[in-house]
Amino acid sequence: MNSVHDMGGMHGLGPIDPDRDQPIFHADWEKRVLAMNLTVSAWRKWNIDASRHEIELIPGQDYLRMSYYEKWFSRLVSLSLKAGLITDDEVASGRPAPGTAKADPPLKGEAVAAMLAHGGPANRDVEAASRFCVGDAVRARTINPTGHTRLPRYARGRCGVIERHHGAHVLPDSNAHFRGEAPQHLYTVRFAARELWGEAAGARDGVYLDLWESYLEPA
Amino acid sequence: MPHDDHDDDHGHHHHDHGQDLPSQMALRVKALESLLVEKGLVDPAALDAIVETYEHKVGPRNGARVVARAWSDPEYKARLMADATAAIAELGYMGRQGEHMVAVENTAGVHNLVVCTLCSCYPWPVLGLPPVWYKSAPYRSRAVIDPRGVMAEFGLTVSEDVEVRVWDSTAEVRYIVIPQRPAGTQGLTEEALAELVSRNSMIGVEKVKDR
Repeated sequence: MNSVHDMGGMHGLGPIDPDRDQPIFHADWEKRVLAMNLTVSAWRKWNIDASRHEIELIPGQDYLRMSYYEKWFSRLVSLSLKAGLITDDEVASGRPAPGTAKADPPLKGEAVAAMLAHGGPANRDVEAASRFCVGDAVRARTINPTGHTRLPRYARGRCGVIERHHGAHVLPDSNAHFRGEAPQHLYTVRFAARELWGEAAGARDGVYLDLWESYLEPA
Repeated sequence: MPHDDHDDDHGHHHHDHGQDLPSQMALRVKALESLLVEKGLVDPAALDAIVETYEHKVGPRNGARVVARAWSDPEYKARLMADATAAIAELGYMGRQGEHMVAVENTAGVHNLVVCTLCSCYPWPVLGLPPVWYKSAPYRSRAVIDPRGVMAEFGLTVSEDVEVRVWDSTAEVRYIVIPQRPAGTQGLTEEALAELVSRNSMIGVEKVKDR
């Protein structure tokens, strides 16, 4: 979707504050929000693509206003509501609905280290041969889906060269909407900076994006 | 919205622009946590283990050890450039948000910079959780269109005859920059070399300073 999260190439969003001494967490609640996101996702009611998309669904004016962990909090509540893990009444009261049986958490403290060490690999075996080879000239397709995609606007319609083939990976455009993993070949594509930004960009410079096969066409 | 500076969980830094006072966020988060725990949806011990991991165990020292090994051991560096996921796992770093690693090397002619324009993808096992500026709109928006200007805001000037490569983390591939080994470090141990490697140098907004 063409929302403010797709901000590559925008101007006017302010100076960078490169403070090297900022803590990773500014408050204890941020730590709890991070941890709750990871633990509740162990129920497997959603996947990483759906969880990214949920943040994109935050209205643009709020997205720009909210801090990172405020967005994570909002995303956790909305996904948990949609999945039926919690209800609006429970969020309002902070208490389980009367008569609710206590569940058994799928992720126990002693299993955290193994869960983090395993992660969630996105590569999959597919039978389909890859359409492109390293060195092929490609164009990123002009698409404007209203759902989740990982093809940023700034690359759409632009020409690049296949730099690397990663095998097949889960396709976020499908997985985010619970329509299956639909794995596709994934490529790193190099776009010349001038192809993306015009003559003011560095003549030698390039921008590299990881793009799924259906995002690309031969150029 | 003015910042609530006397609030104990805010800290001193103007890190965000939230409308909610931090104390309100703290209360909302606490209420959600107690709901989730009471419903049996989360194990409080799992929450504590995750916080402990990212606060104290996983951070840029991991990446610095990878860089120092690459500087010290040409065979390791060859493995790192060929299959970074496996080479980084040799040092025990793996898993969430580092499942598919690629190492990109700075040289006399090439400088690399990592960003995620669409969200804040970042190689957690080697760098820990991302700093605020990396997750911020100013960095995410401008790193791709004006990488030299962005690097200048960090005090780094990259010569016009050096190729700047910006890596936008649009998939589950995560990037770590292998900075150039600084001059004057011959004979240093791997441990001493790792001490020189900053987090920012592995994102690409700094160089490792010559000694």
